[in-house]
Amino acid sequence: MSERPRLAPALSSSGRVGESVARPDAALKVRGDFPYSSDLRVEGMLWGATVRSPHPYARITSIDASEARAMPGVHAALTHEDVPGRKLYGLEIADQPVLAIDVVRYWGEAVALVAAEHPEQARRAAAKVKVGYDVMRPVSDPEAALSPAAPSLHPGGNITRQVRIRHGDQAAKADVVVTGDYEIGMQDQAPLGPESGLAIPDGEGGVDLYIATQWLHVDQEQLAGALALPREKVRLFMAGIGGAFGAREDLSMQAHACLLALRTGRPVKISYSRPESFVGHVHRHPGRLHYEHGANRDGKLVYVRARILLDGGAYASSSTAVIANASCFSAGPYECPNATIDGIVVYTNNPPCGAMRGFGSVQNCYAHEAQMDRLAAALGMDPVELRMRNAMRTGSHMITGQKVEGPAPVSELLERVRAMPVPPPRPERANGAFMPGGVSNTTHGEGVVRGIGYAVGFKNIGYSEGFDDYSTARVRLSASAGAARVEVHTAAAEVGQGLVMVQAQIAGTELGVADVVVLNADTAVGSAGSSSASRQTYITGGAVKAACEAVRERVLQLASAELHRDGELRLEGGAVVGADGAQIVDLATLLGDAVIEETREFRPRGTRRLDADTGQADAHMQLAFAAHRAVVDVDVELGLVKVVELATAQDVGKAINPKAVEGQLEGGAAQGLGLAVMEEIQVKDGVIRNASFTDYLLPTILDMPPVRMDILELGDPHSPYGLKGVGEPPTISSGPAILAAIRAATGKPLSRVPVRPHDIALT
Amino acid sequence: PGVGLAGAGRVKVSCTVNGEPRSASEVWEGESLLYVLRERFGLYGSKNACEQGECGSCTVYLDGALVCSCLVLAGQAEGREITTVEGLAAGDSLHPVQQAFVEAGAVQCGFCTPGLVVATHDLLSRVPNPDEAQVREALAGNICRCTGYAKVLDAVNLAAGRMR
Repeated sequence: MSERPRLAPALSSSGRVGESVARPDAALKVRGDFPYSSDLRVEGMLWGATVRSPHPYARITSIDASEARAMPGVHAALTHEDVPGRKLYGLEIADQPVLAIDVVRYWGEAVALVAAEHPEQARRAAAKVKVGYDVMRPVSDPEAALSPAAPSLHPGGNITRQVRIRHGDQAAKADVVVTGDYEIGMQDQAPLGPESGLAIPDGEGGVDLYIATQWLHVDQEQLAGALALPREKVRLFMAGIGGAFGAREDLSMQAHACLLALRTGRPVKISYSRPESFVGHVHRHPGRLHYEHGANRDGKLVYVRARILLDGGAYASSSTAVIANASCFSAGPYECPNATIDGIVVYTNNPPCGAMRGFGSVQNCYAHEAQMDRLAAALGMDPVELRMRNAMRTGSHMITGQKVEGPAPVSELLERVRAMPVPPPRPERANGAFMPGGVSNTTHGEGVVRGIGYAVGFKNIGYSEGFDDYSTARVRLSASAGAARVEVHTAAAEVGQGLVMVQAQIAGTELGVADVVVLNADTAVGSAGSSSASRQTYITGGAVKAACEAVRERVLQLASAELHRDGELRLEGGAVVGADGAQIVDLATLLGDAVIEETREFRPRGTRRLDADTGQADAHMQLAFAAHRAVVDVDVELGLVKVVELATAQDVGKAINPKAVEGQLEGGAAQGLGLAVMEEIQVKDGVIRNASFTDYLLPTILDMPPVRMDILELGDPHSPYGLKGVGEPPTISSGPAILAAIRAATGKPLSRVPVRPHDIALT
Repeated sequence: PGVGLAGAGRVKVSCTVNGEPRSASEVWEGESLLYVLRERFGLYGSKNACEQGECGSCTVYLDGALVCSCLVLAGQAEGREITTVEGLAAGDSLHPVQQAFVEAGAVQCGFCTPGLVVATHDLLSRVPNPDEAQVREALAGNICRCTGYAKVLDAVNLAAGRMR
């Protein structure tokens, strides 16, 4: 058997639901000893490199890899002809070539592969693969993609999906009408860990892939297709994940490393550079949104009409689900009796777009919240009062006709963020670290104006529209060295969010055992679904809970049989206890050499596909809400913004790990801040102009203010422990609140994000 | 043998890493210190997030000064002393800075963590009682995509309090 790379060990922790249990992987991480996917190494491994298209749209006329193959240290150079199985893959529509066949549709598309002994040899050989291109004019504007004159980029035309929502009276009239056009830039997830992994051939035609991914089984399915192998011959093992945020939903280098490994018979590692990472994963969809809101003089919404155009780029990825979200949540968390929404996502020759934290609800939140502020101004109302007057509540209906079940505390969240203390005025001589322009020392306070803004947003938790969303958990109870020990095994991706504690806390709670070990994820156990859509604590948490309940039932049966005890028995403190809490027998003694193991799948309640003509359906499993208040200082002369403070209130149902929840609210808000004021992939004629951390600006510790938090635990009656998904809502309304605050400070309409200095100072 | 990187010589690099003499031969002269630490010395704690000196994930001490090891050519490390995140505490023990990051919840995915730990270690060795502005300025070269930095600030304050 070949050498295996080092992976994360089984991680041991103890604690119960509701406690701020520390991460069991944190000690490894602070020592630099946690093995990430880019750290994988085995003896004799080769390095893969990818030949990428220098054109956004071109016909391939020839590929000649003979010179590359002959270079020293090079063991293989592959093209689409070397893909033995399905040549196209994709999460929802198989439209993306594993390696380009006859056409390249975006700048940076993978065309060929090279494997060599040293990464520099591989890079140099990749540069020697000669690809002939017949360059075509790219479709770089999403509106132009809809034109009949535009070339059809895929067989079915350029519309990837169109969502029509027709709710209530389509001819409704209102006393007050406001309209607006909004534009959202392309955001990058920018996880710090690069796309990377190691493929090791098993010598019998199969392959083991060590990989950082959000969903092992959906990778496995796509890889088996591309490699023309049965699934069991493509085994995946999770390597340490350096963040994800949606960027690891689609395949990147997975199939490429496997192809090279199977061809060379050697282990092959691929690890992207940062510039390559910018073309190696999908991004948040840029959007153009036209909105019209009508309201009565008392401020009650009468209708919302919107056209939402998202640029999906060259391949579909998860565009069809993103546009569904952008449409379903387009009116915001408000009661609105009449709605006419057209959501359209198109193919262009821009970089492919797909999943990023917030998933369609981020784009529309900028629009509906700016509209609410415009409406408040037109009505002469306080913007928070207007929102509260229209706030969705339990029993309200969405514009998709879905009745809102469970807590929907929109009004309360707004009230809470408004009631939080406001930061004191900027001191006369503030340190540069706290000023617009930061330590660049661009102002001593002259031209600096403060503004405050509010926003609220919502989205779905879990997969929607009839998707069979489920997770699998295997739980094993045994005795070891005189104490009970629980082992939890799932395929769920720990991307940094803290699932590794959550699984242990649930098992510790359900089985009353202090020693819980969470095994590294792999495909030896059933699918856990994706670490996406804020769903893992709910769904994999639910699976762990269900498996624990099954184990507990068997333990208690065993206890009843052995001890001839009737009546209520429970597990607590590593023992079987009676109704009075008194210990009857400790688990280790009861178990002896016995091992009790159960595997369970957990499915939340089902959902339905949106009606094609009206967009009406109970399409979503759970809804989550958050509100934000932003306080900003704006240097109106230089157009520079300092976010002074963010405040948020969010209903999390039940905080399984309160400190981890805080981390999600803080980190999610930072990504919202990024899109609001600095982060944008700049694309010109299909070419990314800033594919580096030098030119793509991420929030630093100087940019990110303190986050004041109010975490509500209102309990969803349908979910395990009453919890709600937590990860995405912080990224939805944080940015729109910042935009509202900048508008308040500057008096400018600012309908495009990120806001750039010249939008403030020169327009 | 058979390296074949056109025009590239192979060099030997000897330096002291975490107090121990280390050397690597057959190093391509274009390799960074980060690459040599990771791929030749097996010290993967210094991370490869941007490899262009923008994110701080590969921060190490070079002769006592903080550097992004991705921006240092391996040859420049010849004869010099390097301390990486692996060298801050012995064995399985944790330095107070590391302990504080664990306890404060400053670690999520953890890819930025080694760089932040080394940068914090350096800050607190120079400024035992940093105020908020000093902490923010000192750590402005370390990008974290997960935490929003609040718990990082908590960790720095916790460590500073314990190290005083």
